[in-house]
Amino acid sequence: MEYFINISYIVASALFIFGIKMLGSADTARRGNLTSSIGMLIAVIVTLLNRDVNDGNSLSFGLIAVGLLIGAGIGVFAAKKVQMTGMPELVALFNGFGGLASLLVGWAEFAKEGNFNNSEYPVFTAVAVVFAVLVGGITFTGSLIAYLKLSGKLGGAATVFPGQKVLNAAVFLTLLGFGVVFVVTGAAWALYLVIALSLLLGVLGVIPIGGGDMPVVISFLNSFSGIAASAAGFVILNNVLIVAGCLVGASGIILTVIMCKAMNRTLADVLFGGFGSSSSTSQEVEGEMKALTVEDAFYVLEAAQSVIFVPGYGMAVAQAQHAVKELAEILEDNGCEVRHAIHPVAGRMPGHMNVLLAEADVPYEQLCEMDDVNAIMETVDVAIVIGANDVVNPAAAEDESSPIYGMPIINVHQAKSVFALKRGQGAGFSGLVNTLFFREKTRMIYGDAKETITGLVSQFKD
Amino acid sequence: MELILLVFVFVMAVFLGFELIQKVPSQLHTPLMSGSNAISGITVVGALLAAGIVEGSLGKWLGFAALILATINVVGGYMVTDRMLGMFRKKGK
Repeated sequence: MEYFINISYIVASALFIFGIKMLGSADTARRGNLTSSIGMLIAVIVTLLNRDVNDGNSLSFGLIAVGLLIGAGIGVFAAKKVQMTGMPELVALFNGFGGLASLLVGWAEFAKEGNFNNSEYPVFTAVAVVFAVLVGGITFTGSLIAYLKLSGKLGGAATVFPGQKVLNAAVFLTLLGFGVVFVVTGAAWALYLVIALSLLLGVLGVIPIGGGDMPVVISFLNSFSGIAASAAGFVILNNVLIVAGCLVGASGIILTVIMCKAMNRTLADVLFGGFGSSSSTSQEVEGEMKALTVEDAFYVLEAAQSVIFVPGYGMAVAQAQHAVKELAEILEDNGCEVRHAIHPVAGRMPGHMNVLLAEADVPYEQLCEMDDVNAIMETVDVAIVIGANDVVNPAAAEDESSPIYGMPIINVHQAKSVFALKRGQGAGFSGLVNTLFFREKTRMIYGDAKETITGLVSQFKD
Repeated sequence: MELILLVFVFVMAVFLGFELIQKVPSQLHTPLMSGSNAISGITVVGALLAAGIVEGSLGKWLGFAALILATINVVGGYMVTDRMLGMFRKKGK
């Protein structure tokens, strides 16, 4: 029986590996997701056959079934109900639950034994418990804060205060100290303090990170939840947890690095930088912002041969993706070439804009990556920037004193003209002035992005 | 010996994880993230084992809570990923 269980775990691990591999390519992604879910199903069913799980003393099968049903019910409900614009929050929340579960597994293992003296590797197990609790706790509260920031329940801006880094370091070191005490003495109170401080550290770690850096934070926390699962695997000496958790941890790091590269920043800079707090945003900008009415914009668009949409977080907030799709179709019927240029870190999670445009049924051929679109930018008649800001800020290419200098951007300032859809005149999320808006070729169209675009659509229809 | 083997497995899995994902089209970043997020819910197996062998009532309920949370992570994660990928596929026709 034991062999059967272990062989099944190997099969499940292999399915996870295939699944992740297939998720990396467009043709196979959906099957990849299915493949790894089958692996999960196998792992769960086989675990239920384990002698230890189904003996009389333990949590009864009835309770296990109840737990699975409650969890599955909530999961299905959330997955079906969520709006595509709410996706980053939901992913953050799921992620946090996974982290908390790993924390609880570590804790439960200790609660069961009282100490690890009976364990084969008492010290190692205690270290693994501390690690599972630490990483799981940070993942949980960190994801929770990310969720609150993304859903707007908590201001998205970075919360920075003097001595923050010192405080965080002090909390971390104290935590490690109690961790050592726990490993050496096996005292329960030390573990409780480790739990409490881990939860605190997750909060402290994520509050100084601003909304614009969320794609990095979410993929980093995702990686963390994998590492937590892996640590829990070492607590109970279970290979499928170790392998699956580790795969998630490693692939999550890769995605995090991709996000950092797209912003020309290092991970340490994002996590500890407190972006925008030190930047001198008092630079003088020449020119003024020139407003344009929807009607005038319509005349320009009617004559345009080539149009590029550059969506950003503002499109998600205004839920304008369906209107954008409609306008794009009308423009195409009008003989205009339409593309959507997507910056890797536009929005609040990796690939955020792709998800929204896919929801609105925008044809895949129209979606362009940054480099492809920059190559042809000079031939573009109108670039329509919808609620994007930093990813089109020419300061990143031209102004060496800018905090975002060196970040690759979509070069809309090279297009023949630019329409910037924006709610008001204020600075963007990062607090940086965007010189694009002051340029000769740029026209601002103020107001809700969805209303503006719907207005353009109805102009075309008349 | 078992421990060394598990550490070996861990190290191999790290390298494998790094190698698996190298160049991913940005279109797939979100599904990749939420799909791998669902996999991290594998801790559900840990929850079942922890809940299963626990005798004291605290450990039992900790395991039970872990079971619910991990199941939300697994089921919700897979379903939402599938929903997203379904949208991507639609426009392929």
